[in-house]
Amino acid sequence: MVRKITFWKIVAALFLLGGGIATIVRFGWGLGASTNLSDMTPWGLWIGFDVVTGVGLAAGGFTIAGIVYIFNIKRFKPIARPAILTAFLGYTLVIVGLMFDLGRPWVIWHALIYQNPHSVLFEVAMCVMIYTTVLALEFSPVVLERFRLHKALKVMKALTVPLIILGILLSMLHQSSLGSLYLIVPQKMHPFWYSPLLPVLFFVSAICVGLGMTIVESYLSARAFQKTLETPLLRELARIMIGVLLVFFTLRFLDLGNRGALPLLFDGSFEAAMMWLELGFMLIIPLVLFNVKGWGRTRRGLFFTAVSVVLGFVTNRLNVTMTSVERYYSEHFGQSYFPSIGELAVTISIVTLGFVLFAMAVKYLPIFPHHVEEEEAVIDLATGRTENIRTSSPVTDPS
Amino acid sequence: MSHALLIDLSLCVGCGACRTACQEIHHFPDEENTVLNDKNFTLLEHHQLKDGNELWVRRMCQHCVEPACASACLVGALEKTADGAVTWDTNKCIGCRYCMLACPFDIPKYEWHAMSPKVRKCTMCHAERHLTADMKTDKDGFVLDRRGERMVIEDRTIKIEDRDHIIEMTTGADGGRASACSVACPAEATVYGDRETLLAEATRRIKEAPDSYVQKVYGKSEVGGTSVFYISPVPFEDLGFITKVEHTPLPEKTWNVLKHIPNVVVTAGVALGAVYWITSRRDDVRRFEEEQAANKKQGGNHGA
Repeated sequence: MVRKITFWKIVAALFLLGGGIATIVRFGWGLGASTNLSDMTPWGLWIGFDVVTGVGLAAGGFTIAGIVYIFNIKRFKPIARPAILTAFLGYTLVIVGLMFDLGRPWVIWHALIYQNPHSVLFEVAMCVMIYTTVLALEFSPVVLERFRLHKALKVMKALTVPLIILGILLSMLHQSSLGSLYLIVPQKMHPFWYSPLLPVLFFVSAICVGLGMTIVESYLSARAFQKTLETPLLRELARIMIGVLLVFFTLRFLDLGNRGALPLLFDGSFEAAMMWLELGFMLIIPLVLFNVKGWGRTRRGLFFTAVSVVLGFVTNRLNVTMTSVERYYSEHFGQSYFPSIGELAVTISIVTLGFVLFAMAVKYLPIFPHHVEEEEAVIDLATGRTENIRTSSPVTDPS
Repeated sequence: MSHALLIDLSLCVGCGACRTACQEIHHFPDEENTVLNDKNFTLLEHHQLKDGNELWVRRMCQHCVEPACASACLVGALEKTADGAVTWDTNKCIGCRYCMLACPFDIPKYEWHAMSPKVRKCTMCHAERHLTADMKTDKDGFVLDRRGERMVIEDRTIKIEDRDHIIEMTTGADGGRASACSVACPAEATVYGDRETLLAEATRRIKEAPDSYVQKVYGKSEVGGTSVFYISPVPFEDLGFITKVEHTPLPEKTWNVLKHIPNVVVTAGVALGAVYWITSRRDDVRRFEEEQAANKKQGGNHGA
């Protein structure tokens, strides 16, 4: 295949170049020179987006793995590999992002030896570390297949179910704990986003966006690599996503109501605007798109429904991490935070890196269905039995 | 014994001796500053009151009884010591800055322009107070700790002359060891002592002179109590004190969630295992039935 220079390749190269320059500034001149962080806003975009949002966006790994291997709904199997791949890349990039934000990243291993079990962050660190390893193992069959290491493959396949269960447990813990991180700052956060329910809300919304990301990436992969997933399958995923979404917003509104924060939605403040943005993307637009006749049943319609949920989720996480403390910091220190060009450049290039790595993995490794099928005929991932999923649960597109 | 500081704003004359002593003992540049930062653990704020009077307010770490910063720190670099001070171990710090977010008083500060930046804050002269004149020194004149290694206070090794200077700075009129700021204060606006005694003293002062003091000891119940108390003639909210705080320890909020983790893991683990067992058993049964049906069909064909 001839290597073509496309528009998107040039854009990606420019983003990565910008990120590279910002990286040099960050590690050559320090956090003070490269970011708008200060004593008043110790956590900014890198924690808010690269870490807290990033971990959520990679939630598709445990969600889909649970559906396919634990709830044994085999018709979703074709998307298990891309979902686990996205999660693995996602977590790797979260760790990369964290390296930029930590003041002394070279002693990150201190978390292993000086353990403070009372710290939520310690729990998050342990879970993320172990879960990234679990994801690497969950993903390893793909690489082992590629290099035809059949013995190792057999061992890994026997381990699949215990690993998946471990992965789900770890995800439950740290997805929720990312919310618990903020439980300790009740007085700094706006009532829209400080809630005793933060851990529950974070976990439920992570499941939502995990499904959303899976739909988005299935659609994009289909366009870019001509590897299609059946529309009814996506529709079904979207239906689960909308179901979880409704659970999330029921909890969210009950919680807002109980704490008397609902009237604040109409006070015309900056926070109210950001809250409406969140509600619009995460609740209103997806519900409308999904239920409009003839639109919620097309690939494109499902794609936009999921994109909206993802945008809403990103807005929610950025609101929790940044918008919610904005008023406190400006009232107490007369300062407000907006990420510097360097912070933006690093974040953008990390996202770009995610796209590039995903594209490369899809190109060189057996990720998508038509690769998987050959393997299915030999040995089933979960049970180790010889079977072919196509015969046991036919996946056909009625349209 | 748990120690504390009592700061009586009505006694403060605004001389700045506490600030100077603090800058000096930490080897910080002695320059005026309007904010707390990595080279400024205390500062003196001037307030012009509505009635024409003026008031100085000392800002510093509250040394919470149950510090949010220490509970937040994933490597346990921050610690509430038995003697009341909240101290830090810079060598453990990985620079996540969660303590800065967690602190209800925004006290921990960061060396933003350092290449190996660390979190810094007031330690109530914890290490300095434990320096004694009979501590051994090596041949180059550096003070040795109990293990015989060069003693390090805030990243600095201590020489003989430093030691003598520090001991002098932290020894009060009664011969007891206290924080440098309290020793330096000529007006007894900042006093160092036993926490319970100081709390009783603060309560006595405001009770005895209800016209001169607001009936509140700031630090008594804020975030579950702190080891720095303030009493003031003016309402605290007018002086920029953070008054909208919880009156229970903040670490409880996260611990109440964290403590459930073992239960969650076991319950969810068993539940997931059970779901897997049921769904895969269902598959087995279905497969078996299909085989049976196929056999029967085959058998039937034979019979025909």
